[in-house]
Amino acid sequence: MSRAEIVGSTDAAVSGIEDGATVLVGGFGLAGMPFDLIEALIRQGAKDLTIVSNNAGNGDVGLAALLAAGQVRKVLCSFPRQADSWVFDGLYRAGRIELEVVPQGNLAERMRAAGAGIGAFYCPTAVGTPLAEGKEEREIDGRKYLLEYPIKGDYALIGAHRADTLGNLTYRKTARNFGPVMATAATTTIVQVDEVVEAGKLAPEAVVTPSIYVDRVVQVQTRRYTVQGAR
Amino acid sequence: MTASGNPPHVGAPMSIDHRLSMDELAAVIARDIPAGAFVNLGIGQPTKIADHLPIGSGVVLHTENGMLNMGPKAEGDAVDPDLTNAGKVPVTELPGSAYFHQADSFAMMRGGHLDICVLGAYQVAFNGDLANWHTGRPDDVPAVGGAMDLAIGAKDVYVMMPLLTRSGEAKLVARCTYPLTGVGCVSRVYTDHGVFDVGPEGIRIRETYGVGASELAERLDIALCDAPLHD
Repeated sequence: MSRAEIVGSTDAAVSGIEDGATVLVGGFGLAGMPFDLIEALIRQGAKDLTIVSNNAGNGDVGLAALLAAGQVRKVLCSFPRQADSWVFDGLYRAGRIELEVVPQGNLAERMRAAGAGIGAFYCPTAVGTPLAEGKEEREIDGRKYLLEYPIKGDYALIGAHRADTLGNLTYRKTARNFGPVMATAATTTIVQVDEVVEAGKLAPEAVVTPSIYVDRVVQVQTRRYTVQGAR
Repeated sequence: MTASGNPPHVGAPMSIDHRLSMDELAAVIARDIPAGAFVNLGIGQPTKIADHLPIGSGVVLHTENGMLNMGPKAEGDAVDPDLTNAGKVPVTELPGSAYFHQADSFAMMRGGHLDICVLGAYQVAFNGDLANWHTGRPDDVPAVGGAMDLAIGAKDVYVMMPLLTRSGEAKLVARCTYPLTGVGCVSRVYTDHGVFDVGPEGIRIRETYGVGASELAERLDIALCDAPLHD
């Protein structure tokens, strides 16, 4: 696929996601979480998914609902343990979900590497800690680094603010978080936006994710949640 | 860091005649942050420091979910779920705020652009080792977030913590028994009983609260690097 496709429904947007796929899911807590795409993925029913996201779900909505539906085999995230992460906590303690904890900056940079064609990189984060286990360590100019490999997604599901009809994206405030990086790191990038506007209506200087990274766009009804629950 | 033209703070050693509350300690740390510094305040107690930064301090707060010049907590109608801090608490913009994605946010740390971060801790060792992400208990869900990236990224890593655990054991230790977050990364430890500088030559008492320096030194199971500054 080259040019982004503006699709008419979230169900069409998530069509084709296979069992066993690796899906990058945007959002930091609930800010920027693509709620509607996740709900469509629950209806679509793909299972044995590996999810890459900063958190492992908050409350009972979004990613938490996908976990509760039993569609996720493994989560790669930086911060699963939160006051309202009861869905993940229950699955984890019952041994029904795998967890790989990745420092937040490494999570971002490993996806950035995947999107930028970088084979691997040396990073000082986590040197000398339990998360260094099994990683190659190298000293460069007197400082120790660990070899980190890219994280590539089969799909990325992200939430942005506006898209134009070519697929250029803008974001809102800290809801930007992982969106721009994940958009580059997946084979197929699927975006939900509050509004689709005609090409030319977004100031080129304001575009954060250029359309080349975007495959499918769907406009949804704006709804935002705070971490403590629906608003 | 002196670009604002404010006189640099003179951190003259001092002694206060009572053990500090965490709020008082937050005020002490706020006092020690130089004008114009770029600062990340960790989730939990360090967040309180923001309440004590004087108006016009010129300190720019970084939040790792993707914002510089973060403003105070949002109240009432100002709550916008797309604008939160790293603890997922709704916050506000200030004139001169900027948003960026996760890979940029963590490049700011690792690239040495962030002057100070203040983190909570389970333990700090005399050589600056930090343990603050995992209790190591098998039934605990591990969660690291940005802690490991901050620990090795900020130019100065300050820790804010009670000196003693609830059962009275010092958290400033010869060797961390909790899983490490970073190796040799802490430069200063602020506690309710006193402030300690951590450097290549060892730990030095900088200030004491409600206890003499000799007495404080005796309570710790570590050798201090030279005579206390005062008694």
